[in-house]
Amino acid sequence: MNWLLILPIIIPFLTAAVCLLCRHNYGRHKTLSLIGAIIHLGACMALILYTISHGMTAMQAGNWPVPFGITLVADHLSVIMVMVTGILGFTVVAYSTADIDEKLINRGYHSIMHILLGGVCGAFLTGDLFNLYVWFEVMLIASFGLIILGGETRQLDGGVKYVMLNLLSTLLFIAGLGLLYGITGTLNMADLHYAVQAVPDKALITTVAVVFMVAFGIKAGLFPLFFWLPASYHTPPAAVSAILAGLLTKVGVYALIRMFTLVFTFNIAYTHGLLVVAAIATMITGVLGATAYYEFRRILSFHIISQVGYMVLGLALFTPLAITGAVFYLLHHMIVKANLFLISGVCQRIGGTMDLNRLGGFYRHHGLLAFFFFIPAFSLAGFPPLSGFWAKMILIRASLEINAYIAAAAAAVVGLLTAYSMTKIWGEVFWKPAPETYTPSLDSIRPTADIRLILPIAVLAAITVIIGLMPGPFLALAEQAAHELLHPEVYVNTVLGGI
Amino acid sequence: MEFVLALLCGFMIAASVYLMLAGNTIRYIFGLVIATNAVNLLIFVAGRLSSPQPPLIPQGAKVPPENVANALPQALILTAIVIGFALLSFVFILFYRAYYATGTVETEKMRIAEPETEMHSTGASKPEGPDV
Repeated sequence: MNWLLILPIIIPFLTAAVCLLCRHNYGRHKTLSLIGAIIHLGACMALILYTISHGMTAMQAGNWPVPFGITLVADHLSVIMVMVTGILGFTVVAYSTADIDEKLINRGYHSIMHILLGGVCGAFLTGDLFNLYVWFEVMLIASFGLIILGGETRQLDGGVKYVMLNLLSTLLFIAGLGLLYGITGTLNMADLHYAVQAVPDKALITTVAVVFMVAFGIKAGLFPLFFWLPASYHTPPAAVSAILAGLLTKVGVYALIRMFTLVFTFNIAYTHGLLVVAAIATMITGVLGATAYYEFRRILSFHIISQVGYMVLGLALFTPLAITGAVFYLLHHMIVKANLFLISGVCQRIGGTMDLNRLGGFYRHHGLLAFFFFIPAFSLAGFPPLSGFWAKMILIRASLEINAYIAAAAAAVVGLLTAYSMTKIWGEVFWKPAPETYTPSLDSIRPTADIRLILPIAVLAAITVIIGLMPGPFLALAEQAAHELLHPEVYVNTVLGGI
Repeated sequence: MEFVLALLCGFMIAASVYLMLAGNTIRYIFGLVIATNAVNLLIFVAGRLSSPQPPLIPQGAKVPPENVANALPQALILTAIVIGFALLSFVFILFYRAYYATGTVETEKMRIAEPETEMHSTGASKPEGPDV
């Protein structure tokens, strides 16, 4: 039994429990939460280093023989995602120590945050479909808690829409899971790989595949299913938006990648063809939605959607280079997107609003913040030499390689439109002179808060620059992940032990 | 028997879709309850209605006797019921609070997070370049 696999899941739950025990002691609560996040980051780093040196590993919980027990699997895709979760968990918890007020902390903010992190890591590491469902629910209930914590009217309004559509997604997930069990008789993902291929009636399996596609598509924010996302992500505190934007939709993308490389690969022309269309439509509608709005976080929310399109496009093209691109895109995007939401929180703190029309003059008065906004914003738009440039370039090249010219053109044009709306934020918030009604809120002049807010942003911006300037090691990781995804027999052998 | 239960599942899903699309939070909750139960029933039927015998292994034997019920779908459903119940109670409270805060149960009228006028710029100044 390899204990390293279970650490990234169990540490956040322990932290959550410890935080709950002292939730009325404001200072100690924050310190414990931060310590927990640091240990979690350490465990995630240990896991990725172990996987790089030892290759893919699997663990059978309770030493049940496969495929009967719950399996945890650490392949390269999983550990990359777990590592990013660790990084985002640490930075967002650090940011929260300054951003979240005492009232929310007393109501258990940090505990819920750590449960969310544990649920996300569980979803990334599990090798069992029903277990994935359970982690989805853990994650979901924690995100429900975070999104409405505080109970402002805006939050409740956004929360209603978030809850409605996400519950539908889990219902579809478990319905698909039940059908898949009824057809194949197993729920272990590695076991499913062969079981699905042995089913004579492929039409049935294709139907189930589409049920899963819709279920994970709602989670990921794919084209006709994304409407819950821009309705809710701008309502909670900025730190919560950041963790939701950085992690939750990406769990949907991860689940899509996992299922459509490991299990549903028998009818690529149909299932992945459907994904190509959905991905292109997602990229375009997302970015057009962003151009229409003048609210900081709503613009960013629409960009999540358009960026998810790129990742799913990489999966849908289904070539080694395209999947490498998808994994690299995930890695780059999670860090950049969380950072942008954190920055929007600082802007709101200083300007007192998220409305672009009523913000201004930040370049003049808050130069450091402008600098840190510039890096993730233009990385998102794909400016060289930042990380987004490499991610977009790989995907466009992968599309051109297999003559998917429409996909390549869409990716390039959407990149341009992303630059346009980032320029809109840049122009309105940073370059435009400050509005005359500008009155600094009390928060903005509280000196101690600033460094704790800026430091996590600086760390994430530094990671973006590092990925941009030396993409080699990260690309090698993504390539290794893509290799494993396209050769599922490696995964199956690791889990089933060559049965 | 499976055919009848499959039809029942379909009927329940149809009813829940109708309720969920009504644009009313109360009806959504009823739709959710029906849909959850329909999905549980679906898992149960998908696990085959083999036998009403409980899957107990007699003392001394290593495998259960022939012709017992499939225990796995029941375990899955049990988990789903527990999770579903927790989510349902959360949804009740959330929708109640939302009704108090927004004063309506009609989802079309819940526009506080997404004001209808927001899409249009209020005509503030365009970016004119740096004023350094």
